[in-house]
Amino acid sequence: MTKAFGAKVVLDHLDLAVEKGESLVLLGQSGIGKSVLLKHVVGLLKPDAGSVEIEGEDLWAVPGRERDALRRKFGMSFQEGALFDSMSVGENIAFPLVRHTKKTKKEVAARVAECLELVRLPGIEEKRPSELSGGMRRRVGFARAIALEPQILLFDEPTTGLDPVTTDVLVRVIEEMRRRMNPTAVTITHDLKVAFTIADRVGLLAKGKIAIDLPPKEFEASADPRVAAFVKGDSELAPPDVEPAQRTGTAPPATPPL
Amino acid sequence: MKVVLEAIGRGVLRLFEGVGRFFELLGRTLRGLVLPPYEIALTARQIVRVGVDSVPVVFLTALFTGGVLALQTFKGFQRFHAEGYIGSVVALSMLRELGPVLTGLMVTGRAGSAMAAELGSMRVTEQIDALVALATDPVQYLFVPRVLAGIIVTPMLVVLADATGILGGYVVAVQYLGANPVVYVNNTFQFLNMEDLTSGLIKSAVFGLLLSLIGCQNGYDTTGGAEGVGTSTTSAVVLGSLAILVADFFLTKVLF
Repeated sequence: MTKAFGAKVVLDHLDLAVEKGESLVLLGQSGIGKSVLLKHVVGLLKPDAGSVEIEGEDLWAVPGRERDALRRKFGMSFQEGALFDSMSVGENIAFPLVRHTKKTKKEVAARVAECLELVRLPGIEEKRPSELSGGMRRRVGFARAIALEPQILLFDEPTTGLDPVTTDVLVRVIEEMRRRMNPTAVTITHDLKVAFTIADRVGLLAKGKIAIDLPPKEFEASADPRVAAFVKGDSELAPPDVEPAQRTGTAPPATPPL
Repeated sequence: MKVVLEAIGRGVLRLFEGVGRFFELLGRTLRGLVLPPYEIALTARQIVRVGVDSVPVVFLTALFTGGVLALQTFKGFQRFHAEGYIGSVVALSMLRELGPVLTGLMVTGRAGSAMAAELGSMRVTEQIDALVALATDPVQYLFVPRVLAGIIVTPMLVVLADATGILGGYVVAVQYLGANPVVYVNNTFQFLNMEDLTSGLIKSAVFGLLLSLIGCQNGYDTTGGAEGVGTSTTSAVVLGSLAILVADFFLTKVLF
């Protein structure tokens, strides 16, 4: 697919496939288009050219209601949790269950409790999102994302800005979710430790394309200067064809509303 | 010269873009009104927010407007000994014009701005993206209850404003200007007919649609973080108020 915002081409004939049950982690410098790519996967953005296919069905070739049916296969965790602040934690997690299933109140409450237990936050149904720490908000976001038992999980920078201990808790929760649900997972992150722990494949996004796509061990050992610059955190190692704006990072473009 | 023309061109394009977006979102809202799921609980909550919470501000605005109308009319009518008609003027002005317009403007300032701020915050914190990712149409979930509440509640507030305005006029005329209460009340209702009330109510339903949809649109299309939310809120009030005043002229022309 291809996507441009004004003159800036963010995704340039990008081609990517993820197998069922596989965990793909995408790395890349800030402002390179990782979040844009993830937003295309769930249909928050429409590609200018190309397509996004979920189990063979083109997300943008089907009518709106069918697109929503395809979206129910996804659970997406947002960077800061994106919890609905007008609702309690319990209501946040119950939201997709109430809207998309015929579960009774009791069944919904049981599923909410189950999801909270999975993310290691039992019994906080009555709390408001504003009462939670950053790490807790993200875990509640995870719980909401898995409420409908989706087959595909998308994580948008799940550990960015968190301390190492909280990061470790989140990685363990992600591992536990994968073990119990065996979903297809796409994660974007800057955290190499997270990437090498949860990935079956690691991809590097550069110049609008998936530049490198390797298993974690091979990725780490890769002699490619783009990988070396990223793994060692040394901008001097970055190849000269990388634009300065991309080296220092630019703000990702705002999501134009659909 | 070229710079000026370019600026005018950009402004015109932005205007058409905004109007086009308004009608696109209006279409999606009307479709959401018809198609399930019906957000009854959310609509009830919005009715409380837009309606019940606006009662004090509408009450005070109408009370003082009715009062000042009686004062001003007295000053003018005294010159040709027509003080007896103050009640008629206050009632007609409130029902046909001031009740709907002032209520529309006050609700825009109170509820339209709140809608823009709430949806704007939801946009910049990715809550609207989360709604889409949870297979929920944000226009149906966020716009429909608010717009429906605006259409239902604004006419109710206008009835309150009409009655309060007439009461304000009565208090000033009788207590302060010394008018005969029986004559004043008789004059108030002597020249009124049902059409005066219904034309105001029809107008106010349209104002309710405009102020809520413009509030929602500005919030929904917010970009740029906290500053963007501030800009959206201001735009919602300015554009909502302008839309009400422009629509008022055309509706008055049609309804007369």
